Amino acid sequence: MPQITYVHPNGTREVLDVPVGTSVMRGAILNGVDGIVAECGGEMMCATCHVYVEEDQLGRTPTQSDDEKAMLEFTASERRPNSRLSCQLVVTPELDGLVVYLPETQV
Amino acid sequence: MATPVAAIVGTGQAGFQVAASLRQDGFAGRIVMIGDEPVPPYQRPPLSKSYLAGNSGLDELWLRPETFYTQHDIDLLAGETVTAIDRKERRLRLVSGGELSWDHLVLATGARFRPLAVPGAELDGVLPLRTLADADFLRERLDQAREVVVVGAGFIGLEFASVAIARGAAVSIVEVTQHPMGRVVSATTSRFFTEAHTSWGAKISLGTGVSRILGEGGRVTGVETTEGQHLPADLVLICIGVIPNAELAGEAGLTVDNGIVVDERLATADPAIFAIGDCANFPTPFAVGRVRLESVQNAVDQGRCVAGHIAGKPTVYDKVPWFWSDQGDLKLQIAGITAGHDTAVLRGDPDGGHFSVFCFRAGRLIGVESVNQTADHVVARRLLAGDPGLTLEQAGDENYDLRAHARSLSAR
Repeated sequence: MPQITYVHPNGTREVLDVPVGTSVMRGAILNGVDGIVAECGGEMMCATCHVYVEEDQLGRTPTQSDDEKAMLEFTASERRPNSRLSCQLVVTPELDGLVVYLPETQV
Repeated sequence: MATPVAAIVGTGQAGFQVAASLRQDGFAGRIVMIGDEPVPPYQRPPLSKSYLAGNSGLDELWLRPETFYTQHDIDLLAGETVTAIDRKERRLRLVSGGELSWDHLVLATGARFRPLAVPGAELDGVLPLRTLADADFLRERLDQAREVVVVGAGFIGLEFASVAIARGAAVSIVEVTQHPMGRVVSATTSRFFTEAHTSWGAKISLGTGVSRILGEGGRVTGVETTEGQHLPADLVLICIGVIPNAELAGEAGLTVDNGIVVDERLATADPAIFAIGDCANFPTPFAVGRVRLESVQNAVDQGRCVAGHIAGKPTVYDKVPWFWSDQGDLKLQIAGITAGHDTAVLRGDPDGGHFSVFCFRAGRLIGVESVNQTADHVVARRLLAGDPGLTLEQAGDENYDLRAHARSLSAR
């Protein structure tokens, strides 16, 4: 099963097995990772599952839709070029080893 | 001093949010959540969308795994019912016979489905859609259903209709007003969705009520409309709105008027009792007078607001309302409350399937309905958070840069 690493703002790392087909957001929720809020449940109506993807891994992540780009304007923490909504990062075998950094705040 | 107790009646999205935010805000007291559904808190929107369609499972429905509640020291009494609130003694009475003392009480009791009062409504195959149990039952029935009648063309009815059509059923929709979703959207958006459902194959009868539901051997066979039509059916969904669960509050002497009446801090007349989510009737700067809203945004933001009060960080509730609905390949997103607008300005091209309706009252933008046009929705939420300062002409001019307009406002 692909492994995803969630890095908290204080540097703590949580490494989780997330099944293929599950989003990086849902992987965090199901495993009780604090720092992902996911208010709308993955409907791209909020921006509370914001993560920063490890920069050299950006190329491996699925393309951003226009809707995701639009919703990223709502992030509570600074939007950066590597900002993603983790509900849109659906885990595939290629994403094994992905590292995402959790922002200071989601709301 | 004894540890303070925050009791939350209701385990829906609003109740969950209070509990989660209380811990996040550093509340050190005891937190008890009480809900009559025998399952942990779950998301309701997918019940008429992806969950109903079979595109998502139970795992994706839970707001948090069960371990969350033990980890955060939240007592979750799922399958328990509160029978009375004793305000004098600050106690709740439970149906199981127990009692629970509280210092802060949050009523997040939600709403229940409004039954249709016509003969035949009790027939097998006449179903509501409100709870997880409802959705599970419907999902099973929908597998065999060939002819479906949807009574009520609100969000849930239309979402259900689009799922039923996609699963191969013949669908008729009966709506008593002339405007599907008319309580919450403009005539333009309502018409657009009426045409979309028609193009997908649904038969829509507007200005039509149900006079009785017909059956044979206890099972539904059809619907007779007030216009005298006979619509055959092996499944009838009743979705004509909800009734706020305000009886507990009313019996405890709190004011009830289309929901539990609260002030701008979401407190009832008893400062230790709050009401939030679908059951709360509150004043808002986004409408004239008071509203009661049924939405995720309302549940979540009000939950946070009340948790802040209890944890010692009080604020006035003033969040921009937003809503969404998925029907077929259409995503409707609403920012603000558009009911009560006097002018609607179209931006974009409904024929192309991407547009927004900017709704104004007395020259001021009060809400925006977007169809497959998230960028407009995002701008609208920004604009409505302050004085939008947008004219009708600017809203209708597709060359006018709305994002730049929003940015200039926040820079001010």
